[in-house]
Amino acid sequence: MTSLHNRHINPLILAGLDGKNWHLADYVKRGGYESLKRILTEGMTPEQVIAELKASSLRGRGGAGFPTGLKWSFMPRQFPGQKYLVCNSDEGEPGTFKDRDIIRYNPHALIEGMAIGAFAMGISVGYNYIHGEIWADYERFDEALEEARAAGFLGDGIMGSSFNFQLHGFHGYGAYICGEETALLESLEGKKGQPRFKPPFPASFGLYGKPTTINNTETFAAVPFVFGMGGAAYAAIGKPNNGGTKIFSMSGDVAKPGNYEVPLGTPFATLLELAGGMRDGKKIKAVIPGGSSMPVLTGDVMMATDMDYDSIAKAGSMLGSGAVIVMDETRCMVKSLLRLSYFYYEESCGQCTPCREGTGWLYRIMHRIEHGQGRADDLDMLNSIADNIQGRTICALGDAAAMPVRAFIKNYREEFEYHIEHKRCLVPAYI
Amino acid sequence: MLLSEQAYKKIDREVAKFPADQKQSAVMAALAIAQDEKGWLSPEVMHDVADYLGMPAVAVQEVATFYAMYNLKPTGKFKITVCTNLPCALSGGEKAALYLKQKLGVGYRETTADGQFTLQEGECMGACGDAPVMLVNNKRMCSWMSNDKIDALVEELKK
Repeated sequence: MTSLHNRHINPLILAGLDGKNWHLADYVKRGGYESLKRILTEGMTPEQVIAELKASSLRGRGGAGFPTGLKWSFMPRQFPGQKYLVCNSDEGEPGTFKDRDIIRYNPHALIEGMAIGAFAMGISVGYNYIHGEIWADYERFDEALEEARAAGFLGDGIMGSSFNFQLHGFHGYGAYICGEETALLESLEGKKGQPRFKPPFPASFGLYGKPTTINNTETFAAVPFVFGMGGAAYAAIGKPNNGGTKIFSMSGDVAKPGNYEVPLGTPFATLLELAGGMRDGKKIKAVIPGGSSMPVLTGDVMMATDMDYDSIAKAGSMLGSGAVIVMDETRCMVKSLLRLSYFYYEESCGQCTPCREGTGWLYRIMHRIEHGQGRADDLDMLNSIADNIQGRTICALGDAAAMPVRAFIKNYREEFEYHIEHKRCLVPAYI
Repeated sequence: MLLSEQAYKKIDREVAKFPADQKQSAVMAALAIAQDEKGWLSPEVMHDVADYLGMPAVAVQEVATFYAMYNLKPTGKFKITVCTNLPCALSGGEKAALYLKQKLGVGYRETTADGQFTLQEGECMGACGDAPVMLVNNKRMCSWMSNDKIDALVEELKK
């Protein structure tokens, strides 16, 4: 339901969806599989496909914002053995719920995008790793795969060409860390999801030690649209270096939480308006613009910022996965950070000492501040622990635990100090 | 062979997705299938899955204990997991959890005396726009759980 409304701006992936029209026949009616067909029948070379993608300035929609065309060009196309394509649908970053809607409402856009990627990189086998908690959507994806196989869009000799691509679904079982690409690969191999040290990068040593490319669901789903309109036209939708549309998951204190697909570079104020404005007409206080791991910004800063990778970075945070968590004036920042700290403590995989121990320290100190037992030097200690985690772990979960701590304290220090001094809340907390 | 013939068939379908020498890739699905049938993963069930996939039992146990959705001890007939992470909490997730706690008379990780319900706190389910969100037995996601909808859900499950 969260994407099925007409409050998008020039949508591509979410355009014209009603919840029922996810089937292959509906997708074809919307022009689906035309991009793959054109690439295969007009004899586009893999190099041309990648060049077109580079021209689109499509950047990874999973969080890092890495240029997709460049990533695809890293794959050793002439590698003699098996190579793999993996889609990361392990969407568990608090605030993010867009990939689920792509899977259930427009799964064939994802399948077509993966097939185009497989062709461009000379890959014959792919997996889509789907978040554990969304079983019904995993089943939906499986149904869509069956439709695509029956129609000859997946399998051997796709559309009469010599291109073969087998695609399978994979169901996770509740581990946030598996959204990290190398942890996801470990999980696909049937192990606990503990990230690998990089380098080597997946492009040289990925699934089963073979060259592997991993992209986010939304990235793959955008690919058919890039080829439908051409790379330059896609790039022109957004801002320079920030091509195309982006799906923003709006949650928290907005009147209409949901997914909103808009051109990159759309002002935050416009996005907030699409989401119905603030719930109950309250005043905006804080926004986490890119999922819970990204630094929180004040409402005032956000109201003056555009929603694209570069603008959000300039404002002091990151666009991340496009999960926008909005908080109103009545929210307690101490309690909010406590909940996030608990999350990272729960989800640290335990491999690296700074993260395993540090997230526990962060949580326990936040817990005592919230419960009236904070000490005068606790804020310094929180910052020092965050310093000792950030940049000292194999994967980014450590950074993800540390960054919110620093930003919450930096932007709302007086609230934390009030809590420690008065042993209660500065604002009437109701979460 | 502790599972039904049907369960092993399902596991075979998962094994077929992977290269012949990578049967271990199906372990997560196999454990989920086993849990659906047995309710939880006893050491015996883990051994059985290990034998079936030709992997060390300890490697199966590593997986079973790493991922949050596997039950390592028996639960009630219905395990209800409530997301209380920040985006959900901002839209009533904690309140919904509190209401359910009071209604069932149990806390997190507890089971009702009649063995019907186990309550659990969950982390992000990727459905923050639907908050409050609850998950029944890992598979059925329930959205926008107002008190009325919680009442209706519990009534329905009790039948």
